[in-house]
Amino acid sequence: MKLPQLSVFLENRPGSLLEPLQVLAAADINLVSISLADTEQFGILRLVLKDWEFAKSVLEKDGWVVNVTDVVAVDVDDQPGGLVKMLAVLAEAGINIEYMYAFALRRNVKAVLLFRFEDPDAAIEVLEQAGIGVIQEEELY
Amino acid sequence: MHTVQPPPIDNAVRDRDETLPRAELEALQLTRLREVVERVAHVPFYREAFALRGITARTIKSLDDLRRLPFTTKDDLRRHHPLGFITVPREQLARIHGSSGTTGKPTFVAYTAKDLQTWSDLCARFLVAGGLQPRHTVHVAFGYGLFTGGFGLHYGIEKVGAAVVPAASGNTRRQIEIIQDLGAEVLVCTPSYALTIAETAREMGIDPRRLPLKFGHFGAEPWTEEMRQQIEADLDILAFNNYGLSEVIGPGVSGECAHRDGMHIQEDHFLVECLDPDTLESVGDGEEGELVFTALTKEAMPLLRYRTRDIARLTREPCACGRTTVRMSRVTGRTDDMLIIRGVNVFPSQIEEALLRVEGTTPHYMIEVERPGTLDQLTVKVEVLPELLSDRMDRMQRLKDRIGKEILTVAGIRANVELAAPRTLERFTGKAKRVVDKRGQN
Repeated sequence: MKLPQLSVFLENRPGSLLEPLQVLAAADINLVSISLADTEQFGILRLVLKDWEFAKSVLEKDGWVVNVTDVVAVDVDDQPGGLVKMLAVLAEAGINIEYMYAFALRRNVKAVLLFRFEDPDAAIEVLEQAGIGVIQEEELY
Repeated sequence: MHTVQPPPIDNAVRDRDETLPRAELEALQLTRLREVVERVAHVPFYREAFALRGITARTIKSLDDLRRLPFTTKDDLRRHHPLGFITVPREQLARIHGSSGTTGKPTFVAYTAKDLQTWSDLCARFLVAGGLQPRHTVHVAFGYGLFTGGFGLHYGIEKVGAAVVPAASGNTRRQIEIIQDLGAEVLVCTPSYALTIAETAREMGIDPRRLPLKFGHFGAEPWTEEMRQQIEADLDILAFNNYGLSEVIGPGVSGECAHRDGMHIQEDHFLVECLDPDTLESVGDGEEGELVFTALTKEAMPLLRYRTRDIARLTREPCACGRTTVRMSRVTGRTDDMLIIRGVNVFPSQIEEALLRVEGTTPHYMIEVERPGTLDQLTVKVEVLPELLSDRMDRMQRLKDRIGKEILTVAGIRANVELAAPRTLERFTGKAKRVVDKRGQN
C-alpha cells in the first residue's frame, strides 16, 4: 500500500534539521520514520507520519517547502536472503528503485523497508503477485 | 604619490606616431575624424543622428566638433544586432569577434583585413613599450575565441617577431610545464590568472620565482597596484597593464610603457574623452570620469563616442618615455552593473535571463562574487520553491546542473549554483540589489 511521504528542503548548516522537527513537536506530531539525504550544500528530509496533511500544513505555515510523494512499505522476511528474494522479484519485473531506507517497527520488532518507485502501483502489483507483504497504513501508525 | 624610478626596461618606441608633437598628432586626429565621419555616414544609426544634427564630414572643423557627434552605447549595438554598424559590404569582413551583451546574445564586432593589421600594430606597440623583443617567447594563457584577448595579443606578438605559444586557458599544471619546457620569458593572461599560476606552481613543488618568466602583460579585468606587487613578488617578474574593449578594437587601446605610470592611449587611432556619466560634460584631467572612445582608423565598424562605462582618470603630463599621448589610470569602476569575472564580462541581467529559462527559479535569487584564492568565483543562489522541490536527490542535482548549464550558455561562465531555503534570500522593496561583490574586501 502506498504511504504519503513528506520531503522538506534543508540547507546544510547547523540547526537546519532541528528547526522543522521542533515545529512538528510543538504541534504534537509524532514521526513514523525519518530519513535524510544530503549533499555538501543541501539536504532533503523525508518523513512518514500519520497526520501527514496536518504536518504538511504546520510546516508550510512555518515557511518550509514541503513536497508529498508516495512510498511503498514492505515487510521483509527476517532471515538471510529475505531482502535478496524481494529485490530479485523487482529486478525480474524491470522495476527501478529510486531510493530506499529502513526503519524498525516497534510493535512487532520488524524491519520495514520504505521504497520509492517511479511507478508504485506497478511495484505493489508485482510484489503482491510474488506473495511479498506490502504493509498497510494501519499497521504502521 | 608617484615616485619617479628609472625604467626597469628600455624606453623602446615602435612607431614614430607614438611620439608626434601634440600639434601634429592633433592635426592627424582631425583629418582622421573627418574621414571616419564620412565612413560611417551611411550606417543607419549615424545617418539618422547626423541628419538631426546637421553633421557632415565638412562640418567637422576642429577636434572640438567631436562634441557634436552622437554617443554610441552597448544598447545601440544590441538594437542593431548582429552587424548593423558595419560600414563595408559583408564580403569585406575578415573576422568577427564578440563580447557579452546585457542579454544572452553577444555583441558582435567586425574587422576588415586592414583592421586586423591595425589591431596587431596597436598590440605590438604596447608589447614593445613593455619590453617585448623578437627574441622572446610569449606564453599566451588568454582564451582564444569570440573574446578579443587571445587573438589580439597573439597577432601583436607575431607582429613584433617574437614566438607565441597559444596555450589558451585551462589546465594550469600543464601550462606551467609548458612555460618551463619552452622557456617562455613573457606571460600574457589576466592578472588573477598570473597569481593562479604562481599558486599552482607552489602546489607542484616548483618555486614560481624560478620559472623562466621575466615579465608579463596583463589585462581583460580590473586590478590593483597591490595585485601588481603580489604578481611581481610571487613570480619575480615585471607586470605591465594594458586596456582595451572589443567595441573599440580589443586589447591595444592603451598600455603601459617602461615607466608604468598610466597606460598610453593610442591617440593616433582613438580619440578619448573622460566625461561625467550624468552630465556628459568633460571632467578635468586627474578627475574620475567615464571613458568614451571614438575609433579614428577602423574600417569595418568604427564607433563614434562609444561609452565604455569604465571609470578612470586621464593625465596629459609628459611621460619620460617620450610618448606624447595622453595616459589613463587603471579602471577604478563601472557606471553600470557589469561584473568582470575571470576576465569574462557578465551582466546580472544575463543571470536573470538564464534563470528565467528554468521555471520557478525567479524572482528570488542572489549573485555573489568572491575571490577565495586567486580566482574569481561566481555563486548564484536560488530559493527552492515548492514546484522545484523533489524528494529525489538526482532530480535536485539535475536542477542545479540545469541552472548552471543555462548560466554557462547565456553568460559564458561557470557558476556555483546553491539552492537556498525559501525566504532566506534578501527581499527588496525598492530597486533590487541582487549582486554582492566581495572581491577586494580582504
